[in-house]
Amino acid sequence: MEIFLPIADQPANVLVLLALGVAVGFLGAMFGVGGGFLMTPLLVFLGIGPAVAVASSANYMAASSFSGALSYWRRRMVDLKLALTLFAGGLLGTFSGVWLFTKLRALGQLDLLISVSYLVLLTAVGGFMLTEGLLAIWRQRRGGSLVRRRPGARSWVHGLPFKIRFTQSKIYISAIPVCLIGYLMGALGAIMGFGGGFLLVPMLIYVLRVPTTTVIGTSNVLTMATMVIATISHAATSHLVDGVLALFLMIGGVTGAQFGARAAQRIPAERLRFLLGLLVLAVGVRFAVELLARPDNLFSIRPAVEVVP
Amino acid sequence: MRARRLFSAVGAIAVCLVSWPVGADQLVLIPSTTTVSIASNYVGASIAVFGAVSTPSQEPPDYDAVITVTGPRQTLIVRRKRRMLGIWVNADSRTFADIPSFLFVLSNRPLNAIATTTNPNRNRIGLEQALALAPENDRDRAFGAALIDIESERGVYSEKTDAITFFSPTVFRADVAVSSNALIGAYDIDAKLFSKGELVAHSRSAFELVKTGTVQFIAAAARNDGLLYGFSVALMALGMGWLASIVFQRE
Repeated sequence: MEIFLPIADQPANVLVLLALGVAVGFLGAMFGVGGGFLMTPLLVFLGIGPAVAVASSANYMAASSFSGALSYWRRRMVDLKLALTLFAGGLLGTFSGVWLFTKLRALGQLDLLISVSYLVLLTAVGGFMLTEGLLAIWRQRRGGSLVRRRPGARSWVHGLPFKIRFTQSKIYISAIPVCLIGYLMGALGAIMGFGGGFLLVPMLIYVLRVPTTTVIGTSNVLTMATMVIATISHAATSHLVDGVLALFLMIGGVTGAQFGARAAQRIPAERLRFLLGLLVLAVGVRFAVELLARPDNLFSIRPAVEVVP
Repeated sequence: MRARRLFSAVGAIAVCLVSWPVGADQLVLIPSTTTVSIASNYVGASIAVFGAVSTPSQEPPDYDAVITVTGPRQTLIVRRKRRMLGIWVNADSRTFADIPSFLFVLSNRPLNAIATTTNPNRNRIGLEQALALAPENDRDRAFGAALIDIESERGVYSEKTDAITFFSPTVFRADVAVSSNALIGAYDIDAKLFSKGELVAHSRSAFELVKTGTVQFIAAAARNDGLLYGFSVALMALGMGWLASIVFQRE
């Protein structure tokens, strides 16, 4: 069943799009991340232009994270104040990300930037999570304690000024690192087309010491907000958000997410972190291969000014 | 645009009148459609182009036909990757300004067999001739070849020597496969009729690729009202997310 995508300007198989949505939604919900870091590369793999893939997966992410945010909200697992503070930085980050995206697209180096950022981020974060997960599993096997987070522990982050008390998360921390993390997420999301959940969740846990009860819900709220802004700014500047493409991904995604969330309840948390690390690293390695291996065709072609039909 | 086309049509007729004797061969082209509509079920289209020759001679000679279909022009950048610091990055590039986004050269026999007595460049048949690449050095040649390679693989450039069938000595048919990635816009059909290697008749026609229905509506909204379109698709996303959390709510 083929449908012509009005902005991507090519036909695509509806069933393939739905299946892609189900798969990414399933994995995203299972690991408590949005899954955008899988969606954009997979769309490019399907033959969708990188720029349309980035812009449309931002739209997809808005839907999947909103659905997640709502279900965590009902269970009172969202720290709205923390999410809003992160979003204050995120808003600025999104605008600078979209600006950079447009500039680099004109320079013809956008593909390189996307590939290199994916490579660096995914291998670093994936490798980190993998070792963390492995250590946790190993420690558990030896019968050691699993407690990693020491609530009283202080780091340099806690010495910064402008402290805010986030009652829901039971943390008292400076607004500076919170806004910076938000800014980073917004900028990366706009350039690379993902919400950054796989990056945000570990940062909230390890840097801000946000408890695991509120971390996923809060991350979902931030992702939803930045992705809504990213969708609107991409639509207003590059005109490359394919609503039809995103719609089919959403339908598959929100369905897959339900099964993913259930699967997550049966797998121990440290094993999930290990598996997510493996997945993130695998995507990173794929980008490494692409950059390091000699391409089949050294030549590539691109319209000088992308024609907006 | 229309004025220019009219002008060139008038020019072509004038050239015909001056250069050809009265009673020369005439070629009439009829495409199976003049408008290809891109609706949401569009996966490409096939257009048949019929040609009919009217000739004063009682026994028509063996004709050869070459049809060149040219799509909307665009400027393309071909980039070449080179290994730098261990990774493959786009190093040098060549810009092809104002070249056809779609180019089919169809014939009934190999082009060099058709134009044996004339210089193929003079009548501008063949992919390279139609693109007017005129490479000056190896670098130009490599980029030109890459352009033709990539576009052929995408299905928007093609040189087929068996795509025209003569039903009778004076009636032929050519099939043009318009791939789904062909750009919207005006497509020119240019047909040349040869006999014993000499150009004996020339005719032109056209068709147009247009978006229709929802495809057109969405594309126009995204282009003309980017901000409004952005708000609508963002709202659609939130609506879908909300719907999902209602539908799948269990506990």
